[in-house]
Amino acid sequence: MSEPILQLRSVSKSFGAVQVLHDVDLTVRAGEVTALVGDNGAGKSTLVKCVAGIHPIDGGEILFDGDPVALHSPSDASKLGIEVVYQDLALADNLDIVQNMFLGRERGRPWLLDEADMEQAARRTLASLSVRTVTSVRTPVASLSGGQRQTVAIAKAVLWDSRVVLLDEPTAALGVAQTRQVLDLVRRLAEQGIGVVLISHNMADVFEVADRIATLYLGRMVAEVPTRDVTHGQVVELITAGRSGDLGLARPEGVVGQ
Amino acid sequence: MTAPETHKSAAEKADPGNRAADFGIDTTARTTGEAIRGYLRGLRSGELGSLPALLGLAALFVLFTILDSGGTFPSLLNLANLLQQGAGRTIIAMGLVFVLLTGEIDLAAGTASGLAAALMALHLVSGGNMLGAMGGFVFAVLIVAMLVAAALAIWVRVWAGAVVSVLTAVILLIGAPANPWIEMLLAIGVGVVVGCLTGFLVARVGMPSFVVTLALFITWQGVILQLIGDGGTLGLRDPVINAVANGNLSTLGSWLLFVVAAGGYAAVKLLQQRSRLHKGLVAQPTGLVLIKVGAVVVLGAVATFLLTQDRSPGVIAISGIPYVVPIVLVLLVLGTYVLDRTRFGRHVYAVGGNREAARRAGIDVVRIRAAVFVISSAFAAIGAIVYSSKVGSVSPAAGGGNTLLFAVGAAVIGGTSLFGGRGRVSNAVIGGAVLATVENGLGLLKQPAAVVFIITGLVLLLAAGVDVLSRRKSAAAGR
Repeated sequence: MSEPILQLRSVSKSFGAVQVLHDVDLTVRAGEVTALVGDNGAGKSTLVKCVAGIHPIDGGEILFDGDPVALHSPSDASKLGIEVVYQDLALADNLDIVQNMFLGRERGRPWLLDEADMEQAARRTLASLSVRTVTSVRTPVASLSGGQRQTVAIAKAVLWDSRVVLLDEPTAALGVAQTRQVLDLVRRLAEQGIGVVLISHNMADVFEVADRIATLYLGRMVAEVPTRDVTHGQVVELITAGRSGDLGLARPEGVVGQ
Repeated sequence: MTAPETHKSAAEKADPGNRAADFGIDTTARTTGEAIRGYLRGLRSGELGSLPALLGLAALFVLFTILDSGGTFPSLLNLANLLQQGAGRTIIAMGLVFVLLTGEIDLAAGTASGLAAALMALHLVSGGNMLGAMGGFVFAVLIVAMLVAAALAIWVRVWAGAVVSVLTAVILLIGAPANPWIEMLLAIGVGVVVGCLTGFLVARVGMPSFVVTLALFITWQGVILQLIGDGGTLGLRDPVINAVANGNLSTLGSWLLFVVAAGGYAAVKLLQQRSRLHKGLVAQPTGLVLIKVGAVVVLGAVATFLLTQDRSPGVIAISGIPYVVPIVLVLLVLGTYVLDRTRFGRHVYAVGGNREAARRAGIDVVRIRAAVFVISSAFAAIGAIVYSSKVGSVSPAAGGGNTLLFAVGAAVIGGTSLFGGRGRVSNAVIGGAVLATVENGLGLLKQPAAVVFIITGLVLLLAAGVDVLSRRKSAAAGR
């Protein structure tokens, strides 16, 4: 088992009176895909936003390479090498692939961008991920398919020597073939030694690519187990009821009795 | 910690060998035939660019040449005149492109230009004594407004706007004597001040640009009236200011301009092509680039030759390229460079394409949105210098009427999208040429103003329609 890059220890987060995360533990290891599953409102997105530095945490601590870190802004997170690919991708349709991948971090001088350097780097990154579906890196994003856009968004996150990449529902809106491409890409990220967190509702996807499955239930981390140790049915039970046999919350009362 | 190294080495390992296989179409330069097919595919999926406007311009030239039986329209005198007539409003349109790119609108660009013209003329007429010319109260309000604009510009981090605003206030405060160059500087400064105010209200306060600029449109009209007085006119009796829109380069100067402009264009294009091919980047086919460069050089040479001929119907010879041509060219090159090659330009496109994506990418969206209004108003002021020079005076109607309609129309007809994210400064020049031709041609055909207005309006409507349709088409082709 490889060493953990990112560790969350009893992280709590409230919005006003509503506690969204209760003492959540999560470990992200280099070269592994950790699936983060849970029903709507279980706190997946909040957890991602805490790691991304968008929401400051109320309690607990976040360790990066074993050292506690404070994530107050998205730039704190990206400085550490934590990149998030949001569901709505955040690509500018009117710009081409290279321009999107370097958006906000253009190379060259402010008054004369180094287009050659950016184009070569973008192509290298796409090649390293074995992306073959894009004909030209100068294609405007508007004319790409959903899967290709997802690919560009993920490649953008990888470009910055990222250590941890969080993917929010990357296959939600994709067809079968495109889902295939993106899942292959997710595996390849892990093979490059990146710690990948995959948020997904799709159990087939999760079982296909994830090394570990972490299940959130009403803001609690009820199980964090290797994929091979659980069945499809058990994970669904964990998501919907918070427990499954020996896994998850001890008794149903545990949920009610705060 | 081995993770980053693993990542790096994986990236490098995959590098040169596989690259050609992965991006075959990408690295090899396309043939001319492929490029043309690609262009046609782009057209079908709604990437029209300036093509409709260029075709329209050609059609209008043919149409007016046939219809105008007197032969005035195609005469050299009229064509040179057409350039001078359209230049002022075309320059306003060039600035407006920046605002349109971010998906906003600047309805006040017209009257803001009028305000710049009025202050310029007042300063000239009063010999620099603005305090005496406008009275203590108005003067004080004006200075305070300029300093407030500077402060607001600092707040939204548009440093250049703050510096120019303070400079403008200083010019007025020290009572700099009337001098054509100071007048022009003052006009541009006033434009920047106006832009800082608009930009702050839109970008920082978050008011819709439509409302802010509609309100300011009326406000500036009132200020102009206050400065000039009802029914008054301020004459611009200065040889330098007069020459801006009415003067011509000498024959030698004209050819020098041709050599610098066409030679510069050819050098930039060819060197860029060589470096792209050399580095294995996406490049146009060399044949196509050569044809383009050749066409520009030949057309430039023909135009320069014609404009250096005597075009006067009378005894006194008139020849040479009008000054407005180099003025528009310089602004065109400057604007295109800023949008294409600088970080700021890239961010302008990003804000127009997807504001949320731009924000998440760490782009200072407020600053970009404020800055485009400063640029727009500064261009409007330069346009004001040109059109006031053409008329030779500034009236309270300066910049009102259909000035703005013309400017927005020019940008949109040339292919700039009203939805933001798509457009170039050159669009405004091409669109400006179309509208100037319509106006000039219909005027020569002795059509009443009513017809000119109606047709100009309909052309704009047509252009906006093309914009919507091409946008819908490219959205459909996207997925």
